[in-house]
Amino acid sequence: MEEIKHDEQLLQTDTMDLNIGPHHPATHGVLRIVATLDGERIIKAVPYIGYLHRGVEKLCEDLTYMQITPHFDRTDYVSNINNELSYVMAVEKLAEIKVPERAEFLRVIMLELNRILNHLIWVGSFANDVGLFGTAFMYSFRDRDLIQRVMERVTGARVHYHYLTYGGVREEVHDDFEADVKKLADWIPGRVDEYEMLLEDNEVFRARTIGVGVLDKEEAINYGCSGPFLRSTGVPIDLRKLEPYSVYPLFDFDIPVGKNGDAFDRFKVRMNEMRESAKIIKQAIEGLPGGPIRAKVPRKIRLPKGEVYIRTENTKGEFGVYLVSDGGEKPYRLKLRSPSYTNLMYGSRVVEGMVLPDVVAVLASVDIVLGCIDR
Amino acid sequence: MGLLIGIGLALLVIVLVLTHIIVFIWCELKIFAHIMDRYGPIETGKFHGVLQPFADVLKLMNKEDTVPGASDRLIFKVAPFVVFVPAFMAIGAIPLSATLVVINLDIGAFYIIALSAFTFVGMIMAGWSSFNKYSLLGAFRAAGQLLSYELPFGLTIAGVAMMASSLNLITIVNKQVVPNAFIQPIGFLVFVIAAEAELSRSPFDIPHAESEIIAGYHIEYSGMRWALFYLAEYVSLIILCSMTALLFLGGFKGPILPPPVWFLLKVYVLFFILAWIRITFPRVRPDQLMDLGWKVLLPASLLNIVLTASIIILLPDIWPVALAVTEFTIVIATLIYLGRTRR
Repeated sequence: MEEIKHDEQLLQTDTMDLNIGPHHPATHGVLRIVATLDGERIIKAVPYIGYLHRGVEKLCEDLTYMQITPHFDRTDYVSNINNELSYVMAVEKLAEIKVPERAEFLRVIMLELNRILNHLIWVGSFANDVGLFGTAFMYSFRDRDLIQRVMERVTGARVHYHYLTYGGVREEVHDDFEADVKKLADWIPGRVDEYEMLLEDNEVFRARTIGVGVLDKEEAINYGCSGPFLRSTGVPIDLRKLEPYSVYPLFDFDIPVGKNGDAFDRFKVRMNEMRESAKIIKQAIEGLPGGPIRAKVPRKIRLPKGEVYIRTENTKGEFGVYLVSDGGEKPYRLKLRSPSYTNLMYGSRVVEGMVLPDVVAVLASVDIVLGCIDR
Repeated sequence: MGLLIGIGLALLVIVLVLTHIIVFIWCELKIFAHIMDRYGPIETGKFHGVLQPFADVLKLMNKEDTVPGASDRLIFKVAPFVVFVPAFMAIGAIPLSATLVVINLDIGAFYIIALSAFTFVGMIMAGWSSFNKYSLLGAFRAAGQLLSYELPFGLTIAGVAMMASSLNLITIVNKQVVPNAFIQPIGFLVFVIAAEAELSRSPFDIPHAESEIIAGYHIEYSGMRWALFYLAEYVSLIILCSMTALLFLGGFKGPILPPPVWFLLKVYVLFFILAWIRITFPRVRPDQLMDLGWKVLLPASLLNIVLTASIIILLPDIWPVALAVTEFTIVIATLIYLGRTRR
């Protein structure tokens, strides 16, 4: 969009402060942005966070290691199992627990299914925010449900799965699991095509996203951005490849990257990531080994004195857990590194100078979950 | 006596229009639901939720009519009527057949666009008087939108009037041997896009964009006052579907079936297409709409007028064929060009 320059002498305009949120359809939870507007143009946007602060980090200091896991489902409440992974890996590293191979495979399957769930909810709400009222949202929830049904049969829950635990996974899968997951893995790429048909070929959608919210590669890295948000600029940083953990090195998959770093590229990156996830799931289910699903670990463990930082590739970027143990049965300190937080900080810098509708589109393209930012 | 008949007719028209609005609302609920792959209302009224619009209206009637304390009370209260009344006034000039019309105005087409532009005055009044920053933004957006589409909208009607040498809607319909859409495709496309903007429906629902300015100009309204905005939107929908049918699709003309049936059929097909567009298109930005209005629609409608005028004068015998060939060539060439140069 061309820059509009006012002749200061002729046209004196006043600015207006606008509270976008905490209750606003486009803030995905309770984010508050105080925007200084000149007409519709944003001069300055300051995000205010903390409306969903529950003190998870402090809470964890008073819980045993087993009791902490479900809290990780509730930080970023759309990529639950991905969050659990960082935590259980941190405990496993300190306690030097070896996870059985079957458990690792099951973890990867559930992680990637969870990644698809997250990207589906993202595409629905992103379409909603650029003004497609409900259609993509309904489609994404229809598709989410089919995945959730499989995950529900395994974990017993539809949203807060609490599936991982240190030493392995909590539940053995049901008999039809392999057939169910194979069906899902075959069917997901077709559904992704449907979203692309609905949105990518839509001229209005292209006009709203191409060239909107272009990120600067260097600055995005300096801000500490990660995940699809950073990859849209063409930086192929994915911890699954960069610092392989679990059994990811066994699988063949690509890291989709964008070119221009605009909202459209972020859409494309996430769509392609769903395809890659389906590929990983297919390989994992075909190579699913037998054996125990959990190492022999007592329910109540004491970790040796020490500290550890584990980072894994969350659905939104790098999700880190910094765990300090003083040798007791509760952590001394637990610190989370939320990808949404860093991405939002840069995202809200990028919107300065844009018009209000673009702000909504760009913030939606960042993919934030306030539960993870505020913790 | 004449006055009584007049009032009776007016009431009849209002009842008829309200009936159609209820059918529209129910159809829209079901169309949206099925496009979204869900059922929509299914319980209310036993048969596929037919009573859902009535339930909605009853709910709205029972709601408290709130007026914000800091608002400009008089303007705030009058604004819904400024939107609603002109929309209803325009209905009277729409002919259902060559004889079935409340008032047969010689400037029917002009009268209708004049009144439908009036609804934006009400929107601006509502947005300004609500004392809310979001509604103010909505009002500004409504003003900007009005300026950007109204000119091409009027100019395409001029193109049709030149072919029929009249602004009377019945004459315009009677002169159409072939529907005007096949003779003036440029005019037709510009008219439909401008009509979408006039309705402020998606992809042009800019004055009340949910995800940006929440509800825009009617953010502070509740209960029946809000319902008046809602109703006015549907009355405008009926009017603009009727106008499209009359000006470009041969209106009430058609084989076998009686004229009013043909007319309503065309209106409902257009309504379906508009509902379809509404639910599958994202929203454009205000500046993109202005770009579209001033840089694309206005030149296109001027081109349409120039072509129509010059071809009618230069080739008085075969002008409909010549005009159709020229305009279709331009439309197809433009589409091919746009397809090639797509980002």
